[in-house]
Amino acid sequence: MPGKHSVWRRALRHPSFVAGGAMVLLLVLCAVLSQFWSPYPVGDIDIPNKLASPSAAHWLGTDSLGRDIGALLWVGSQNSLLVGFIAVGIGLGVGVPLGLLASARRGWVEEVIMRVSDFTFAFPALLLAIMLTAIYGPGLVVSIVAIGIFNIPVFARISRGAANAVWSRDFTAAARSAGQGPLAITWVHVLPNIASVLIVQATIQFAIAILAEAALSYLGLGTQPPQPSWGRMLNEAQSQMFQAPMLAVYPGAAIALAVLGLNLLGDGLRDVLDPRWARQR
Amino acid sequence: MTDMPKPSPLLQVTDLRVTLPTARGWAQALRGVSLRMERGQTIGLIGESGCGKSLTALALMGLLPERAQVSGSVVLQGQELVGMPEPQLCRLRGARMAMIFQEPMTALNPLQPIWKQIAEPLRLHQHMGVSVAKARALQLLERVQLPRARERLEAYPHQLSGGQRQRVMISMALACSPDLLIADEPTTALDVTVQKEVLALIKQLVNEDGMGLLLISHDLGLMQDQVDRVMVMYGGSVVESSATPALFAHRAHPYTRGLFAARPRLGLARGTRLTTIPGSVPELMDMPAGCAFADRCEWAVADCHLTPPQAETIECRPASELTHTVTCPRWRLT
Repeated sequence: MPGKHSVWRRALRHPSFVAGGAMVLLLVLCAVLSQFWSPYPVGDIDIPNKLASPSAAHWLGTDSLGRDIGALLWVGSQNSLLVGFIAVGIGLGVGVPLGLLASARRGWVEEVIMRVSDFTFAFPALLLAIMLTAIYGPGLVVSIVAIGIFNIPVFARISRGAANAVWSRDFTAAARSAGQGPLAITWVHVLPNIASVLIVQATIQFAIAILAEAALSYLGLGTQPPQPSWGRMLNEAQSQMFQAPMLAVYPGAAIALAVLGLNLLGDGLRDVLDPRWARQR
Repeated sequence: MTDMPKPSPLLQVTDLRVTLPTARGWAQALRGVSLRMERGQTIGLIGESGCGKSLTALALMGLLPERAQVSGSVVLQGQELVGMPEPQLCRLRGARMAMIFQEPMTALNPLQPIWKQIAEPLRLHQHMGVSVAKARALQLLERVQLPRARERLEAYPHQLSGGQRQRVMISMALACSPDLLIADEPTTALDVTVQKEVLALIKQLVNEDGMGLLLISHDLGLMQDQVDRVMVMYGGSVVESSATPALFAHRAHPYTRGLFAARPRLGLARGTRLTTIPGSVPELMDMPAGCAFADRCEWAVADCHLTPPQAETIECRPASELTHTVTCPRWRLT
């Protein structure tokens, strides 16, 4: 792979990378800036002004309790990002070492790790979350953990598969013939060579995590009031479907844009980081 | 090579057998390979694909697949390698014995600059710091005559040509001055002019350092001026072994003759078909009870198919201390 500069130059010429990157950057900016400033406090209930149409005071109107939709979306982005980061972090942090271990050791270690991860993978994330909620009660933390657990086998599988492919290449044999142990080879040779696959998968899992959090909150199992969440906004919009259909459109569009942005970014990253792509500069 | 009692050899392989698991059960891939290599001696291992050349190399390095079963003995400088625990083997690999791989395209990590890959064994075995190891990597690259070595320290493998990459591979293998160098078809992936250069380089470096060299190839012509001794492998065992000049003067085993006859030569009339050995190598799974080559051998008799042949020694006319052995009872008749 060529130096860092040409990776950047290639990236900036890649349309999906640029579009996805811009959308994700926007999402991150929202989440960060909303920590410090919000047009209205999110808990501000203003019943007389409920279901107002968009106006100068409320750009996107208000919901059934008179809360400013714009402010809810603005602050709700924190929630989505938080869920995405932690859930993907759990998946990467636990899944990748397991997958690498399975690949480096082979034999029964690989069998045990992969069968356990198949078993975990067989549970849909939502079902797992509902099960955990039944035990620990609904809440943001439980939903994040549930989504994170769902991510572990995803990353374990993908890193083991990619690592096996690297292990079968000659340069790992060359490293072994130079006397390096499996741990050193995993760290020095295998991990850098599967990093691009993992980064791409991480963006996809990030998008899935945002969707899953929205779904859980929609079911009332995720984020609890008064903390705003895009999924819960959808849930609340449901009862006003016929009076105020736009209430569902805004958070829905926010979720769709965030997921689209992450998928485009992942797509672009896959091309940009792929060494084969790099060759045809 | 003196008249004094023989010192212990660099490498002594005795009756090395390897069994590999396959979909159809256990396959005997190496069927009793023995060889003795003195310090500074060069041995060529030749045979067609699937005869066990590369497997022999991997077995010597202890790099066989995990489920392979190994028996026999491999003694490197008095240390038995068969059954040695992995951490101890790791300390030997790269330091005492090193290997050059066939494909320089894939045997280098595409994501690391070359100096890091050369420095790795140095840092591992000689505990060098980064800057010392980098300086040593430069010396090594200069030693393998990589042009503009200093600028190329930071190069990535894809920025080098095949021959240059193979030079990098060689410098990695030589990093810790091993006593035994195994080169597994080091020039197969290179074009002909570069092949000569790389072989000459290996020969020169081996001579300078007094390393033992095990050169694996399927190219007979290449062996002629490269090695002291040639061993011909067929079906997982050595069928003929001799000092190189003696083998080129007199080949005893029918398979070796077939190999020589199949060589393309200059001066043949246009349109002359190259001689081939009829048939193909027997499947590892159904090796015949007798001689593995019997099915393809024009001199075979009924007994060849039934009894495994024994090694016989041939008297050399120019007396050499490298004995000429052949595993064929009928070599005298042919």
